[in-house]
Amino acid sequence: MKKVVLFGATSAIAHEAARCFARRGAELLLVARNGEKLSVLQKDLETLGAAKVQTHVCDLVDIKDHESLLKTCGELLPEYDAILLAYGTLGDQGESEKDFSVAEQEFRTNFLSAASLVSRVANMFEARGSGQIAVITSVAGDRGRKSNYIYGTAKGALSIFLQGLRNRLSSTGVHVLTIKPGFVDTPMTAHIEKGPLFASAQAVGEGIYRAMERKKDVVYLPWFWRFIMLIIKAIPEPLFKRMSI
Amino acid sequence: MAVGESWGRYPRVKQSVYSLAWRNEVSLPEDQLLLPYGMGRSYGDSCLNDGERILLTSGLNKFIEFDGETGVVHCEAGVTLEMLLDFGLPRGWFLPVTPGTKYVSVGGAIANDVHGKNHHCAGTFGCHVRSFELLRSNGERLICSPEENTEMFSATIGGMGLTGLILWVELQLKPVEGPMIDLQSIQFGSLDEFFQLSSESDQDFEYTVSWIDCIASGASLGRGIFMRGNHSKVKGPLKQNSLLKRIATVPFDAPGFLLNRHTMGAFNTVYYHKQRQKKVSSTVHYDPFFYPLDAVHHWNRIYGRKGFLQFQCVVPKDSDNEAMKAVFDQVVRSGSASFLAVMKEFGNVASPGMMSFPREGITLCLDFPLQGDETLRLMKRLDDMVFDFDGAMYPAKDATMAPEHFRSYYPQWEEFSQYVDPRFSSSFWRRVMKETD
Repeated sequence: MKKVVLFGATSAIAHEAARCFARRGAELLLVARNGEKLSVLQKDLETLGAAKVQTHVCDLVDIKDHESLLKTCGELLPEYDAILLAYGTLGDQGESEKDFSVAEQEFRTNFLSAASLVSRVANMFEARGSGQIAVITSVAGDRGRKSNYIYGTAKGALSIFLQGLRNRLSSTGVHVLTIKPGFVDTPMTAHIEKGPLFASAQAVGEGIYRAMERKKDVVYLPWFWRFIMLIIKAIPEPLFKRMSI
Repeated sequence: MAVGESWGRYPRVKQSVYSLAWRNEVSLPEDQLLLPYGMGRSYGDSCLNDGERILLTSGLNKFIEFDGETGVVHCEAGVTLEMLLDFGLPRGWFLPVTPGTKYVSVGGAIANDVHGKNHHCAGTFGCHVRSFELLRSNGERLICSPEENTEMFSATIGGMGLTGLILWVELQLKPVEGPMIDLQSIQFGSLDEFFQLSSESDQDFEYTVSWIDCIASGASLGRGIFMRGNHSKVKGPLKQNSLLKRIATVPFDAPGFLLNRHTMGAFNTVYYHKQRQKKVSSTVHYDPFFYPLDAVHHWNRIYGRKGFLQFQCVVPKDSDNEAMKAVFDQVVRSGSASFLAVMKEFGNVASPGMMSFPREGITLCLDFPLQGDETLRLMKRLDDMVFDFDGAMYPAKDATMAPEHFRSYYPQWEEFSQYVDPRFSSSFWRRVMKETD
């Protein structure tokens, strides 16, 4: 049975992906900041059929704790064969523009800490010659836009990092999946008015599960975002710089 | 504030929205009056809160525990009936009672004390609720069951979301052998034949319901198809995965002229004659049997921008069934009924719900495309008739009933209003509580 560690497990998307694993009897380790929320999810996933669900409370942003965190993960769920990295903050674009320290914090959370965790797990999987690394980035990282380029920068950097890592590990049997969701109806976007492009966390979570099963490289969720982003990326810069999208 | 509409898309309101996600840290906003909102499948204004706030419960969708021995499932109030079916069937358990759509939340099913094709033997949804936790606006969390906080338990079942926010529910599921239903479809030519079929079927069939043609008049008046079924021992696939099912969505509002008495009359005639023999037996999957309309997402858009009114009443059964015949006659004569007309006989299983709609008698349920004042006048005529016959109308499907009629259909409303949370309200509740002369 599959053994999966979920970082940022309390995100709605991670929860829905975890449910897909749980229904098929996987063993899960949920890592996030809030212990009470983790207990709520633990009950849900156990009820749905997970063979075993464990939780670990930890603030993932702090890079210096990552080594001991991964040691703990290895002890709780020995020989785990996949990770899903699902945490991130949408941040306040306006605040990040006024005060760079806010932007810096966004970069730490959404890029640096993610790259640190992934690097360490990648080295471990590489030595073993197997494993699966699935990371949620964003369509926002495909092109910089004035409405959210701080978030977009961090997620775009993470996508490029994963691209390089996939290239490096392609002959080792380690699978690297880049997940680019579009607009998803989750607590992270609760304050935004929902349009027809919004997908449910369930649809995106199930898409992640399928992409991991099929060992995809890059997946847009839902699928139509691949085409939306193709068009957005194709707009010439002299035109794009004057647009408000 | 955002525009809000119910499944019938009438009326449209402006309301604020607040999303709930974690049962351990729910805090209720204090600025406006509140109303829990599950899947928004109520048709009229009972799931709307004009100028105030709705609490979205779709994030409260976690399972808590399941006892495979007893079939009691413990889950949050935003879990949908679809989720319960997906969860229960592979383990041999089915919903004890289900309405005509699986896209409703457990909390909504309790708030409207929904019923289904097995009302004559299983009663309402509320009959199978073991307990739930209710969050009141003063912060109190009450565990309600037939043994504990019994009045609040009774007031909340059928309480239209007005007694507080249901956080979780313990529900008794029922054991089944598999997903298939042994079905008999029988054509009938008149209401008298329907009543006859209904009384002879209730004993042997767990599920009974009829489609009835509300457009045909003259010699075809009251024709329809009676469907009766039981859970089958035949094995079948847990899910019906047809391509149609995945792609059938009404993507935008249909133009208003699409549904008129000619197109609807033609549909009804085809539907009536779809079976050649008077009686057809078959084994069908539960999904099309219970949820034929769920196969088409957003089917409510076929009525266009203006929306539609749903009408569901129950009238007492008497020797000649004069009451139902008169109501039905009025519907047919209006010439504006749609093709989704359903008739069923309710049984006498009592619900724990104080404000439950189902009661012994015959229920009729159909849609009227909203065509301005004429449709509203028709609804008033029907409401008056139901009132005169000592029947009742169903709040979950209502946008028009007269306040004084509501109070007569539900004479226990005064007792009920003591349990209404002072910070909870709805467009429906304010409408029917309005003073009239």
